[in-house]
Amino acid sequence: MQYEAVIGLEIHAQLLTDSKMFCGCSVKFGSEPNTQTCPVCIGMPGVLPVTNKNAIEYVIKTGLALNCTVSPYSRFARKNYFYPDLPKGYQISQYELPLCEGGYVEITEDSSIKKIKLTRIHLEEDAGKNIHDGAGNYSFVDLNRAGTPLMEIVTEPDIRNPQEAVEFMKKLRTILKYINVCDVNMEQGSFRCDANVSVRPVGQKEFGVKAEIKNMNSFKFIEKALEYEIKRQVKVLKEGGRIIQETRLWNTDRGITESMRSKEEAHDYRYFPEPDLVPVEVEPSWIERIKTQLVELPDSRLERFISQYGLPGHDAGLLTSERATAEWFEEAVKSGGDPKGVSNWMMGELLRLLNEDNKQMEECALKPGQLVGLLNLIESGVISGKIAKTVFEEMYKTGRDADVIVKKQGLIQVSDESAIEKVVDEVLKNNQKELERFKAGDEKLLGFFVGQIMKITKGKANPKIVNELLKKKLMEDN
Amino acid sequence: MEIERVALLARIKLAEGEKELFSKQLGSILQYIDKLNELDTKEVEPTSHVLSMKNIFREDRTIPSLSKDQALLNAPDSAGDFYRVPKIIE
Repeated sequence: MQYEAVIGLEIHAQLLTDSKMFCGCSVKFGSEPNTQTCPVCIGMPGVLPVTNKNAIEYVIKTGLALNCTVSPYSRFARKNYFYPDLPKGYQISQYELPLCEGGYVEITEDSSIKKIKLTRIHLEEDAGKNIHDGAGNYSFVDLNRAGTPLMEIVTEPDIRNPQEAVEFMKKLRTILKYINVCDVNMEQGSFRCDANVSVRPVGQKEFGVKAEIKNMNSFKFIEKALEYEIKRQVKVLKEGGRIIQETRLWNTDRGITESMRSKEEAHDYRYFPEPDLVPVEVEPSWIERIKTQLVELPDSRLERFISQYGLPGHDAGLLTSERATAEWFEEAVKSGGDPKGVSNWMMGELLRLLNEDNKQMEECALKPGQLVGLLNLIESGVISGKIAKTVFEEMYKTGRDADVIVKKQGLIQVSDESAIEKVVDEVLKNNQKELERFKAGDEKLLGFFVGQIMKITKGKANPKIVNELLKKKLMEDN
Repeated sequence: MEIERVALLARIKLAEGEKELFSKQLGSILQYIDKLNELDTKEVEPTSHVLSMKNIFREDRTIPSLSKDQALLNAPDSAGDFYRVPKIIE
């Protein structure tokens, strides 16, 4: 029997606010333990939470970017459970009235587009962090993260395989970064997901029993964990067993998902409306105002790059995958750069160098106008394309303008025919053996001569003129 | 028994005698609340809040936090920079 997987994702994205969800403590990552807390976020009696307006706006913004309906009326709810990282004994979350409902994300798969529908987006506060001491009898708790604004995006069970799940996560990450609501750092946990996975015989409509997979903190692990889990479930069913609804953790070291074996007791969170917070009403005018802050999203930008600049789809896709990259490109074109030239230099050189340095476009010292300066020098024949690569690397490293580097290092292209002719003559004279072989029909040696000439001129000779002169001389000699 | 479930969720240990006593007491409270079901509330919007307030927000600005020592002061147990709790079994 053939089985197919049914996957739904729950994504948690930390919002890019300065302060926590319900108090003024900083949300900075990596501070000393327990130095970013106050009576509100450590659950002292008698305190009152007050909602961070930016957090609400970031969720509305996300809802608009993901085609959701922003709820005109929503409220917070208490989710009650005990865990050491949850100081109040409840998490302030949203239950029956989330901030956004519906919506979808489009992913591309085998060059066809698939819509992954969203159920909802809601706002909640993060818990603290537990630290386990391997051998000892204690665990330790850092509450710096407790109360950090967290947006939970829930998908419909529309995903059918691990690759789609990864594609979805990549697309979502791009969009959240574009609209600047989350720093999407998976390593630091500011962008993470859990997956509900079940399998069913192909053709069956009803869903199978699902397992929830947690602890997948990279795209690679999402793919591996889901692959493993699907195989596991199919094997259990084929052997006549049944799937237990449970939470499973991805074990990176062993490459398997493991049951958390939590007590069989079904969770009972006893949600109820948070009495300490008043409802949130989102007027259409508020939505309109946030709409005006939305930037052009990756999909429409990609389309535009193809139609407006005549770029191939692959190039446009690469250039629009990050907002900063797309903006750098457009800035360069606006400064007079030829779109294809700019695109080639960005993809071939700039992105490669940034990648080597493990740097983001935002950290790039080189300004778009400077690349245009370089392109102009090539265009006007001041430097050769080959030298330009060296110049570019120097520009990238130092942030200096191309003409400054060219002048300082004496890299200006030699286009003076008589000067080049001298070198050509010299090379032919000094390489008699090769010359004879060439005459005997070994035409590959043309490249050898060009190489020798470039070596002597330190790459500065205008290659077009070198080629012309060289061919002329060789013909003459024949 | 319902009372055992409630006690478990609230992490309260009940003695045998207490179970019966609290069962009775809780029962009478629930019965009392049940009286409200006699009212016809079909036309009444559910209320989550007694005040007619909405959209109370703060601007996204940070203010100084407690010092680590202050934060840990009221904890039943702490060690170094952390709250200390009985080992969480994974």
